[in-house]
Amino acid sequence: QVSAALREGRVTPTELCQRCLSLLKSTKFLNAYITVAEETALKQAEESEERYRRGQPLGVLDGIPVAVKDNFNTAGIETTCASNMLKGYISPYNATVVQKLLDQGAVLLGKTNLDEFAMGSGSTDGVFGPVRNPWSYSRQYKEKSVPESHSEDEESNWVITGGSSGGSAAAVSSFTCFAALGSDTGGSTRNPAAHCGVVGLKPTYGLISRHGLIPLVNSMDVPGILTRCVDDAAVVLGSLAGHDPKDSTTIQDNFEPFELPSLTNVSKLSIGIPKEYHAPGLSSEILSLWSKAAELFKNAGARVIEVSLPHTCYSIVCYHVLCTAEVASNMARFDGLEYGHRSDMNKSTESMYAATRREGFNDVVRGRILSGNYFLLKQNYENYFIKAQKVRRLIANDFVKVFESGVDILLTPTTLTDAVPYVEFIKEDNRTRSAQDDILTQAANMAGLPAINVPAALSERGLPLGLQFIGRSFQERQLLSVAKWFEKQVKFPMIQLEEVKRHDHDVFQHQKSSFS
Amino acid sequence: WIPVVGLEIHAQISSNSKLFSGSQVQFAAPPNSLVSFFDASLPGTLPVLNRRCVEAAVMTGLALNCSINKKSLFDRKHYFYADLPAGYQITQQRVPIAVNGSLSYSLCIDNKMSQMVTKTVRIKQIQLEQDSGKSLHDDTRSQTLVDLNRAGKLGLFSCFSSPFSAAVRELQLILQTLGSSQAVMAEGQLRVDANVSVHQPGELYGVRTEVKNINSLRFLAKAVDYEIQRQIEELENGGTILNETRAFDSKLGCTLPMRDKEGKQDYRFMPEPNLPPLILYDAKSLPANMNHQQVVNIDWIHERLPDLPSVKRAKLVEWYGILPEHSFTLLNEDGLTEFFENVVKQTQMKPKRVIGWILNDLLSYLKQHSLTVKESPVSSFLLADLLNLLEKKEISSTAAKQVLAELWKGEGKTPLEIVKEKKLGLIQDQKELEQICQAVIDGRENEVIAIKAGNRKVLNKLIGLVQRETQGRSNPVLVKQLLEKKLLE
Repeated sequence: QVSAALREGRVTPTELCQRCLSLLKSTKFLNAYITVAEETALKQAEESEERYRRGQPLGVLDGIPVAVKDNFNTAGIETTCASNMLKGYISPYNATVVQKLLDQGAVLLGKTNLDEFAMGSGSTDGVFGPVRNPWSYSRQYKEKSVPESHSEDEESNWVITGGSSGGSAAAVSSFTCFAALGSDTGGSTRNPAAHCGVVGLKPTYGLISRHGLIPLVNSMDVPGILTRCVDDAAVVLGSLAGHDPKDSTTIQDNFEPFELPSLTNVSKLSIGIPKEYHAPGLSSEILSLWSKAAELFKNAGARVIEVSLPHTCYSIVCYHVLCTAEVASNMARFDGLEYGHRSDMNKSTESMYAATRREGFNDVVRGRILSGNYFLLKQNYENYFIKAQKVRRLIANDFVKVFESGVDILLTPTTLTDAVPYVEFIKEDNRTRSAQDDILTQAANMAGLPAINVPAALSERGLPLGLQFIGRSFQERQLLSVAKWFEKQVKFPMIQLEEVKRHDHDVFQHQKSSFS
Repeated sequence: WIPVVGLEIHAQISSNSKLFSGSQVQFAAPPNSLVSFFDASLPGTLPVLNRRCVEAAVMTGLALNCSINKKSLFDRKHYFYADLPAGYQITQQRVPIAVNGSLSYSLCIDNKMSQMVTKTVRIKQIQLEQDSGKSLHDDTRSQTLVDLNRAGKLGLFSCFSSPFSAAVRELQLILQTLGSSQAVMAEGQLRVDANVSVHQPGELYGVRTEVKNINSLRFLAKAVDYEIQRQIEELENGGTILNETRAFDSKLGCTLPMRDKEGKQDYRFMPEPNLPPLILYDAKSLPANMNHQQVVNIDWIHERLPDLPSVKRAKLVEWYGILPEHSFTLLNEDGLTEFFENVVKQTQMKPKRVIGWILNDLLSYLKQHSLTVKESPVSSFLLADLLNLLEKKEISSTAAKQVLAELWKGEGKTPLEIVKEKKLGLIQDQKELEQICQAVIDGRENEVIAIKAGNRKVLNKLIGLVQRETQGRSNPVLVKQLLEKKLLE
């Protein structure tokens, strides 16, 4: 709709950009953005406006304000990964996905906050501080929260966004942009999407280029897409997907962007409900939401059956070994010599390396590096790394078997509970939290499958609850069609934020579809 | 004592751009001017395999009789070092591109080229890997091609008596012939490390040491020999050999322990996740609809392999009737074979005689002035011209050598012009020659008597005198005939 509005001239790109920027300023307390690229954004908006004036917009995304997680390289704009190691680092090149967005005329508002180097499930462990879930300030949440003492508690009661792409999720959720890029290695796009009530898409591994995405786990990372509705996600996907010669892990096949059909009939679908996803710690709310969703499909004529993915219980442990091993390897390049932070210690090269890395990385990162190196030692390699690779194949095969048996889509919860208050969350350390929170999302990364979070309902506390759909490799079209159908059925409520109301105008009112 | 020596040879692939990034390759470029984002290991960059490098590796594998692995894998080898920006090197540790080959080379016995034996050495594997940053940063040499190592030390005899040097030399030639690497040690395009151990017959292999910092083929022989001796002496004196890395010191002619590399280095090998397995095809396995640009076809490469040095040498011997040791020298000197063949084409002189002029005269001039064949002031055309004069008996071979010396000055004169100028042409007029012979005979009564009495050796003196009279412009064979005719009939 916003795109239509731009085309029809009801609003101009610069107006749009300015409104988003000022909303951004009013919601600064969310800490969703690390860097706001005001000047360049306005310039891009002006250029877009010129194109619209000439009647030659580049496409649906022309003039649309977007945000990008701060682990994607952006030329001329600081890229920090929320780490001391890269504070002040200005990359000379754009990540392929960033370049594609810019080539479509999108307006890049800024870089969003995350857990340091994307390690975490709360977006709380970056050097720029934690991200606050916009729903913490929503009428829905405030109404439901137990009134204790006064405004002081509003401060301490705020809930996390989930992670690690929390900044991107918060940005989309709070209307400061229309789409954002995140990354997903173990659930880092879907998890915050669920907690912030937005759509979070993890595409199939190999569909979208990782060139320019600072890697966490090369064999599992994908760029993630966060939007307010499924149609928008499809549009962004269409502009990003496809082979990139700079990324040898992208598939060669041609990608055809698709127009997402509006399914009316789901009776030909077979929905699988994996019983292992009834994980310990799953809240009763989510459990009942999950059942309701299954019922919804059944009543609409789809075949809904229980399936089994027997190796699910090993996935967290397996992930830890493979993830830390790759992290240890990927972080080896941060030695302070070519770029980034360099310690003042100059007694010897080795001591400079050691000091730089100690100063540059937080505990979480250092912990993973140490573990990873341990698993990669010659004497451990067979027992840990190779073993984990084998288990990974078993996990991937679980999915293959289920899809081969005729199931089209899997329906699962995305998170165990709704967003927890920050003060609760930090009581456990990062590793524990990650292990708990990744459990429902992480297997899709192991198997490279596409998965999407769709906001489904509000919890008793007035916070978003999402459900996850997992599809077959490279079958995003089918996955998104089903997700869109589901989205239409549940009619998830719009967030009611004071700040947004203040900046209210037509464009923000009908908020289900932004682009078409 | 049985020494066991393994050589680890690093050859820089000759290609326009680097193995994993798109940046250019150029010797002696200003430091850090050829670094792409990937080379600097900027975060978020990914390796992209260079097709030409894969082809070079396959060619080399085929030339060395290896089995080419249709599926090979890439790994990361981790260690921290200033010249390794990413903190790891991409290599092929698990499954390299080619395995189980062999290299045949010729070894001189007692430094005599006339006694050469053919030996074969096993090639364990060929793997593709990233070069570290050293060669980028340390280069301050100039671009000229004068390379004393190559020109000087090999001398006229390009034959090694050390099997290691001989084998590596042959490998160099093969790589150069294939075009897969220029393989010049002095330019860092070829580096050799030696692994050495010794053991008693019947016992297990001994502890091995790695010897690095070997900068030429001659030093290779010295380094290995020294290390073998050192180990034998150490063991015979009751000592032990440490599994360490040693550097060869060319000035002292010995190996010294290098700064401790932390005893056992664990490289924490891990598969390179950004490079899918490298799949190669042959005619049988090539899928029908596959884009030719996207694949490397082993059979296609095999068909296009140029003649390897051993084949080239055999052909030279067969076609031109030259000796095997000649073929070695021809191949060892860059451009010499071509020069030789060009001369042969342009002259009536038999190749067997031409080769002498090439190897004895031309080559020694080149060596004296430290020039390469390409830089020779005497072109194949000029030399052929000169040899034709000789062949037509218009000059003597002594005169020819004088002409060559003049040609060498490079003043642009043709052989004929020089002959005329210096009056080096053989006297063609038989009568004139007869007169001179007669004059000499008349002046040397004693010698004449001796000859008529049966002392043939004295005839040579008369020939010499005629030569002096004619200032070298008489054909000795003809003179001899004339004198004999006059004296013995």
